[in-house]
Amino acid sequence: MKRIRIFIAFSLLACISLSMNSVRGENATLNPLLTALKQVGPEGEGNAEAAVAWKALTKHGGEAIVPILEAMSGTGPLTRNWMRSAAEAIFARETQSESAVDAVALIEFFNDREHDMKARDLAYDLLNRADTDEAASLIPAMLDDPSPVLRRLAVAQLIAQGESELKDGKIDASLATLNNALSAARDIKQIDEIAKLLRKDLEQTIDLPKHFGFLSHWHLIAPFDNTERKGFDTAYPPEKEINFETAYDGKGSKKVKWQEYATADDYGMVDFNTPFSPLKEVIGYAYTEYNSEEARDVEIRLGCKNAWKIWLNGELVFGRDEYHRGARIDQYILPVKLKKGKNTLLVKACQNEQEQTWTVEWQFQLRLCDSTGTAILATDRKPTPKPEVKTRRRGAEKESEEKAKE
Amino acid sequence: MRGIKNFNIASLVVFAFVFSVSSAKADWLNFRGPQGSGYAENIANTPAELGEAQVAWKAPLPGRGLGSAIIVGEKVFVTAASGPDQNQLHILCFNAADGAPMWERRFWATGRTMTNNKTCVAAPTPASDGERIYALYSSNDLICVDLNGNLKWMRGLTLDYPNASNSLGMASSLIISENTLIAQIENDSESFAAGFDLTDGTNKWKMDRPKAANWTSPTLLKIGDQEVVALQSSKGILGLLPATGSSVFNYEKGAATIPSGAAAGDKLYTPSNGLTAISATTDGSAPVELWNESAQRPGTASPIVIGENVYTINGAGVLSCADRQTGERLWRSRLTGPFSASPVAGANGLIYVVSETGVVQVIDPSSAEDKKVTSEYELSETILGTPSLSDGAIYVRSDKHLWKLGK
Repeated sequence: MKRIRIFIAFSLLACISLSMNSVRGENATLNPLLTALKQVGPEGEGNAEAAVAWKALTKHGGEAIVPILEAMSGTGPLTRNWMRSAAEAIFARETQSESAVDAVALIEFFNDREHDMKARDLAYDLLNRADTDEAASLIPAMLDDPSPVLRRLAVAQLIAQGESELKDGKIDASLATLNNALSAARDIKQIDEIAKLLRKDLEQTIDLPKHFGFLSHWHLIAPFDNTERKGFDTAYPPEKEINFETAYDGKGSKKVKWQEYATADDYGMVDFNTPFSPLKEVIGYAYTEYNSEEARDVEIRLGCKNAWKIWLNGELVFGRDEYHRGARIDQYILPVKLKKGKNTLLVKACQNEQEQTWTVEWQFQLRLCDSTGTAILATDRKPTPKPEVKTRRRGAEKESEEKAKE
Repeated sequence: MRGIKNFNIASLVVFAFVFSVSSAKADWLNFRGPQGSGYAENIANTPAELGEAQVAWKAPLPGRGLGSAIIVGEKVFVTAASGPDQNQLHILCFNAADGAPMWERRFWATGRTMTNNKTCVAAPTPASDGERIYALYSSNDLICVDLNGNLKWMRGLTLDYPNASNSLGMASSLIISENTLIAQIENDSESFAAGFDLTDGTNKWKMDRPKAANWTSPTLLKIGDQEVVALQSSKGILGLLPATGSSVFNYEKGAATIPSGAAAGDKLYTPSNGLTAISATTDGSAPVELWNESAQRPGTASPIVIGENVYTINGAGVLSCADRQTGERLWRSRLTGPFSASPVAGANGLIYVVSETGVVQVIDPSSAEDKKVTSEYELSETILGTPSLSDGAIYVRSDKHLWKLGK
C-alpha cells in the first residue's frame, strides 16, 4: 500500500481560489524563516539563527515543501543543505503520519527547468520516494535535462536499451540508441561505457576529447627547477610573458623554448614526460588559446596529480600544492568567466622529488564545459589528433621523415 | 605470565569500579570510545561468544562508510555516503533495541568527494556530547544535529579553506573535550586543526598543522584534572588545551600518519619509531619518553591499552601484548587479518577485532598463549570500520549493513 496519497486526480481549479490567499499567508510565515537560512555564511556565520528558523520551518506541513524548494534558487551550497534537510524532515514526518504530500505541486515544480538544479533533483527524489512508478514515468523525458543527476537516469535506460538491441542483433537500432545516449551523456562512466560499446561492438569512430571538451593542442615549456618543491611559488618567465621565440634559462641553466604539443588521448591527457622524458623536481608550463563565441560563464575542469596553478587571461585562478595523491577527470572544478574572442590559458605542472613508481606521472587533463558538464568548444577548435600520432612536437615530423628515408 | 597476572589485578579494580557506577550511562561517543583509545572500563558484559545467536539485528545502510557507529542512550548513529560520486551524505539514527530506523538526514557534499577506492567519503567517525551528533566527512562537511535529527549547524570547511583536502580521502575522526569539538583537517596543502563551538560551529581556535597527509585521529590525555588533546602527525605529538588550542607539550620525534595512539591517563602509547610510550605534563616541558620498542610497530590498526598491558596488531595481523610499564613483549598471537579496523575492549577485558574480510574475533588475553582467539564470527562482508561497544553489545558496520551483536 502506498504511504502517500497522490493528488493527481484532484482538480487543481477547485483549489486555486482558496489556495491563493492561503499561499500568501503561508509564504508570509515561511519567508522570514527561509531568509534566516539564506543568511548562513563563512565560518559558521548565521548558524545559530538558522537553527532556530530550521526548527520552526520543519513544524510546517507538506504544503511548505515546494516553497522551500523554490527558495533554493540562487542560494549557496550551505543554504541549499539547510533547506534540503528541512524539506526532507517535513516529507518524512508527513509520510510517516500518512498525511498527504502534494505530488502535483512537486511534479509542477520538477517540470519547470528554470528552477534550481539541486532543488529539482530533490523534487524528483521526493517523488520517487512517494511513488516509484510515477517517478519512473518521467525518466525518458530527462534525456536533455540540465541536471546531470536526472539526465544520468535517462541515459542509463538508453544504454540498457542499446545493449539489449545489440544482443538481439538489431544493429541499426542499437547504433541509433547508443548514439542518442552518447549525445545526451554527461556522466563520465556512462560516456566510457557507451564509447566502448560503439567502438568495440559497432566499430564506430568516436571523438571523445571533443565530446568532453578537452583541450588537446598546447605549447609546452620545461624543465624549470622545483628542488625542495620551491618552484611552486617561484614565478618563472612563462608567468611573466608568453613568447614562443625566446629561449629561457631552465633547470641547470639549460636553455628551454616553447614547443608545440598535441594529445590524441581520449581524456585529453597532456603528458610532460613524453617530450621532456621523466624528470624529477621540475616545473613545466602548458599554454593554449581558446576563442569563445561570447562572453560567458564556464567551468575549467582539471585532473592532475601534480601540484599545479592555472591562469586565465593572465589572472591566477587557483593553485594546489598536493603531489601524487591521485587524479581523475573533473577532479577540480573552477568556475570562471570567458571573454568574447581570444582567451589564454596557462597551466603550471610541478613534479616533486618522490621516486616511487606511482610518482612518475607529470601530466594534467583540462576541459571547458558548463555547469552541467556539457562541453563548450572553441570557435576555432582544431581537429583531435589521430591516435597513431599520439604526441607531436616541433621537429618530430622531420625526424620521422628522415628515419623513413633511412 | 606477568602480563596476565597484572591484567587480573587490573580487572578486579575495574570490576569494582564498574559495579560501583553500574547505573551510569555507558555511551560510546566517538571513534574508539573513551579518550579515543579503544578501551571502555564502564561498558559491561560485552559478548564472549559470537555467532548467529548473538546477532541482535542487522540494518541495511544506504551508502558506503567506514566510520564507526556511536551510541547515545538507546540510539545508534552512523554516517554514510551514496551516489556515483559519493556526494550524498547521510546521518542515520537507529533504535538500539531493535535496529529500527528512527530518522535520517541527507546533505549534498560541499567539498571534494574524491577518495582512494578503498576508503570513502564517510570515513571519519562522528562524535557526540550526549546532546548532539557531530558528523564529519572526507569532503570536510561538518554537520551538527541534535539527537532527534534537528539541524543545529553546518560548516563546509572546504568552502572556508579551499585547499584543505586530500585526493586520497580524509579520515581523521572528531573528539570532544571542554565543550569544544576538535578536528584535524590535515593534508599536503591547507593543513589545519581547529576547535569548534559545540552550539553554533564557529571556530574557537584554528591552527596551522604540518603540510602532510595525515589520517590519524585526536586522543585525549588526562593530566591531573586537565584534559589535553593529543594531535598526532608525521612531526610527532602536539598536546593542546582543548578549549583554547594552547600548546602544552610537543613531542618531536615523529609519528605514524595512519594508526593513532592510545591514551591511558597521562601516558600516551604512540606509533612512533615502532611504539613509544610517553608521559606528558601541562607545564610546557617536553614529554618524557618512557620506552620505545621498534618491534611493536602497529600496522593500520591503532594500539589499545587495557589494564597494565598495551596491545598492537602489526601489518601481518599478529597481535602483540606488552607490559605498558616497560614495553617488554609478553606474548604474540596470529589473528585472521588483514586489519584496517582498530581493536576495542570493555570492562571484561575481552578484545574485539574485525578483519577486512569481515571476521569478528574475540580475544581473551587471559587464555593460554595458543588459544587467545576464543570466538570468531564471519560477517561475510568487507569491514574496514572499527567496532563500537555498549553494555552487552558490539556494533560493526560495513558499506552495506550495521550489525548489533549481543543483547
